Amino acid sequence: MSKTVTGKGKTVEEAINQALTELTLTLEEVETKVVQVPENGVFGLFGKKEAIVEVTPIDNPEKRAQSFLTDMLASMGIQCVIACKLNDDILNIELSGKDMGILIGRRGQTLDAIQYLTSLVVNKKTEHYVRVIIDTEHYREKRQKTLENLSHKMASKVTRYHKKISLEPMNPAERRIIHATLQDDENVFTYSEGEDPYRYVVIDLQENNPE
Amino acid sequence: MKELVEVIAKSLVDNPDSVEVTETEKRNTIVLELKVAESDMGKVIGRQGRIAKAIRSVLKAAGTKNDKRVILDIV
Repeated sequence: MSKTVTGKGKTVEEAINQALTELTLTLEEVETKVVQVPENGVFGLFGKKEAIVEVTPIDNPEKRAQSFLTDMLASMGIQCVIACKLNDDILNIELSGKDMGILIGRRGQTLDAIQYLTSLVVNKKTEHYVRVIIDTEHYREKRQKTLENLSHKMASKVTRYHKKISLEPMNPAERRIIHATLQDDENVFTYSEGEDPYRYVVIDLQENNPE
Repeated sequence: MKELVEVIAKSLVDNPDSVEVTETEKRNTIVLELKVAESDMGKVIGRQGRIAKAIRSVLKAAGTKNDKRVILDIV
């Protein structure tokens, strides 16, 4: 994705500008490295050296996510604004615009797919893993509330009927929300069963807890 | 639709120049055939077809917008 371009000129500045023209970028969007400092030589005749610089476009997770999502959403015919924010190792991306319902999909299926593909693209060539979270219209926040409510409702059912309950299959992030919500519950405990992508949470009575 | 598959596949593989997509349309169904370099097959399919499944989800969403059914074959 990012290619290094070598620029040459009488001065370092001239060499950088030459490379920038070739890349059609501005100075803020690149990293520069001076390979050879220009020398005038003896009487400007012997040992004359021109300036050589290496210019590399800055490649960061935000840039990569932004350009991938821009291209992908454009070819889906969806107009939207993409806002990326990198905090430590988490890249938060907020999409806003029309047609957001299509982007979310049933139970957030489409949003999860877009998030997964973006994560693959962002982490493709890096050793340093960045977690990508894509949200739109506070979908994830609302979904978390829904899952927390569901957890409490199901937990009280378990105690009332004295019987364990299996929830429907969920992705790891959603299962984590359920486990976290009921972590300190005195009456029930939770665990996961089955194989991804059909892995699901089971809520059981605390008295059956093997620990 | 063809362009969408190209954008996604080219961003995932190591050899974007080998990505080829053909599109055929029958009534309201669009059939897309994706070809990538042999060594990049894993990059578009993924473990237990997880990547392929994600690509299909995105295509399905894009299809809903135009009331089309989309089928993706990776060959």
